[in-house]
Amino acid sequence: MAQVSFEGVTKRFGDTVAVDALTLVISDGELLVLLGSSGCGKTTALRLVAGFEEASEGRISIGDRLVNDVDPKDRDVAMVFQSYALYPHLSVARNIEFPLRQRGLAKDARAVKVKEAAVTLGLDTLLDRKPSQLSGGQRQRVALARAIVREPKVFLMDEPLSNLDAALRVQTRADIVALQDRLGTTTLYVTHDQVEAMTMGHRIAVMSHGMLQQVAAPEDLYGRPANTFVAGFLGSPGMNLLPGHLVHGEGDAVSVDVSAGSLPLPRVLRPVAGAVAGPVILGLRPESLRIDPAGPLRADVTIVELLGAETHVICKAPDGSQVIVRQSAQAARPAPHDQVRISVDPDPASTHLFDSTTTERLVAG
Amino acid sequence: MTVAPAVTAGGGGPKETGLRTRRRREAGLAYLLLLPALAVFGAFTFYPFLRNFKLMLYETPPVPGLPAHYVGLHQIGPVLTSTQFTQSLVTTLLFVVLVVPTSLILGLALAVAAHRKLRGMAIYRMIFSSTVVSSVAVASVVFGTLMNPVVGLLPWLGINPTPPALESTTWALPAVALITIWQFLGLSFIIMSAGLQSVPDELLEAARIDGAGAWTRFWRMTVPLLSPTIFFAVIVSTIYAFQSFGAVDILIGYQNAAQLHTNVLIYEIVNTLQVQNNPGAAAIMATVLFLITLGLTVLQMRFLERRVHYAG
Repeated sequence: MAQVSFEGVTKRFGDTVAVDALTLVISDGELLVLLGSSGCGKTTALRLVAGFEEASEGRISIGDRLVNDVDPKDRDVAMVFQSYALYPHLSVARNIEFPLRQRGLAKDARAVKVKEAAVTLGLDTLLDRKPSQLSGGQRQRVALARAIVREPKVFLMDEPLSNLDAALRVQTRADIVALQDRLGTTTLYVTHDQVEAMTMGHRIAVMSHGMLQQVAAPEDLYGRPANTFVAGFLGSPGMNLLPGHLVHGEGDAVSVDVSAGSLPLPRVLRPVAGAVAGPVILGLRPESLRIDPAGPLRADVTIVELLGAETHVICKAPDGSQVIVRQSAQAARPAPHDQVRISVDPDPASTHLFDSTTTERLVAG
Repeated sequence: MTVAPAVTAGGGGPKETGLRTRRRREAGLAYLLLLPALAVFGAFTFYPFLRNFKLMLYETPPVPGLPAHYVGLHQIGPVLTSTQFTQSLVTTLLFVVLVVPTSLILGLALAVAAHRKLRGMAIYRMIFSSTVVSSVAVASVVFGTLMNPVVGLLPWLGINPTPPALESTTWALPAVALITIWQFLGLSFIIMSAGLQSVPDELLEAARIDGAGAWTRFWRMTVPLLSPTIFFAVIVSTIYAFQSFGAVDILIGYQNAAQLHTNVLIYEIVNTLQVQNNPGAAAIMATVLFLITLGLTVLQMRFLERRVHYAG
């Protein structure tokens, strides 16, 4: 087992920069999720660790070993592909056995390990089947078995759940977490699905346009997004981001004025005001907003979406920026074209401020 | 016509009658449109095919001018056991053995080489596949010139056997096979390249990360996954090789073909018919060739049907 580290790793394809100066350490035994939309460079980062791509710049290490020039077969990593990449002409047993065979393990030892991996993943009755005779979920488990059987230093998983149906995905998600927890193998897991990221990752690294945006534990990433990209990307719907500016009131009171109204800044955030002059972006999570006749913000309702357990009230502020209120289905629902007032959860953690130029989070102190 | 069931399901009596009229009219049009193709196939394929079976039953006397007479199945045995036929069959089999494996292995090697994503590879792909569009006649003349004992490339390289390759009982068939191999190479390259495209990169990557080196990946992944393609190529090339005779005709000629052991089956059929003026014997040989081709085709269809699950 080992840690994986990127030090200033850049990967260019012609003029396109797929991964831009990535510095990231995945600790020994950690499950780190690389999260981002398609084309953000997360899969390229994974393939750099696998050795399928060569870094244009920077250093990639597994454990203490610099692996930039090491062939994939000598890196001691195992990968689960999005398409599973099972060998179609080999039986399940032969598929699982393949990496052991390549490492020259004796026949008896191979049989023991294949059996062990198959039992772990509930495949012991399917060993003689060909991949084409398996369901999507079973194929996925064969791919996992093939990865765990040789006890590699690192697991690389490239969207392994994206070809499964919704119910199976939830189940497999939990299974992978349990498996990783038991084996304690350092895992780099790539996905575009934030629910997967939030539920599986010890830490999540959010990428956009080849650049690392933030690395943090799921609750920190959600609760304290480092910039407006992360704020808007995480959460469903994402954080409301309203352009405004800070206004000093009586005493040390500070409020933030946005087109929807003026919102007093919580005490802990006031020191920020001293450091910042000029425009800011106010960030409010939809679930910390409430339709409230006494609220400080006002907006026009455009659409009301009922999702079963909750309702999204999508409103428009006078300057056109969108404000989404996420409330329980039991709460009174306004109608489209209603003008509503909105209040904000008094918890100071509900109010986020970002620099409008750098889009970075503004922190007090 | 495919919408018909849906219309019937929704429609009633009068509509159905209208539909039947329309269907009949459409069927009439369909047959009308098929007619030109049917006429060509009928005149040049179906009729000769059936006529061939009739010819088998008639013997033409060796003396010119006498009419052919009905002998039933009696001349089949003598023709099939004649040295002329057996020698030709052996020559053809030898020719197939010389041509098919070599052209396929070379085609696969070129396809693997050209499969890599390198700059300028498209030019090589074009060159490798270009032999497909060169005619037998041109290829034969070019190779014939290269092997010419006076002006050819071989003497220039210091290889100048006596008698020259194309006049030697040992080397004439390999020389003709060489030309055919060169001709088949383009097709074999194209088929193998297409097959390689269908082997997912991810599979080879998976094998690579699982510890397989380039050689293992080729033998344990690429070749098994390519096996339906390879089999298809073997059958198609074998059929082509059985039917090939252009190079023999152009470079050897009928006076020397039998003597130089290059009288492949098709060539023997043509000679029997045109030079020896013996349509009955030619028809019997043609039927043998037909049965060989039929057998290969059936084999291929059976095998490829079984291999379809690879795609899933």
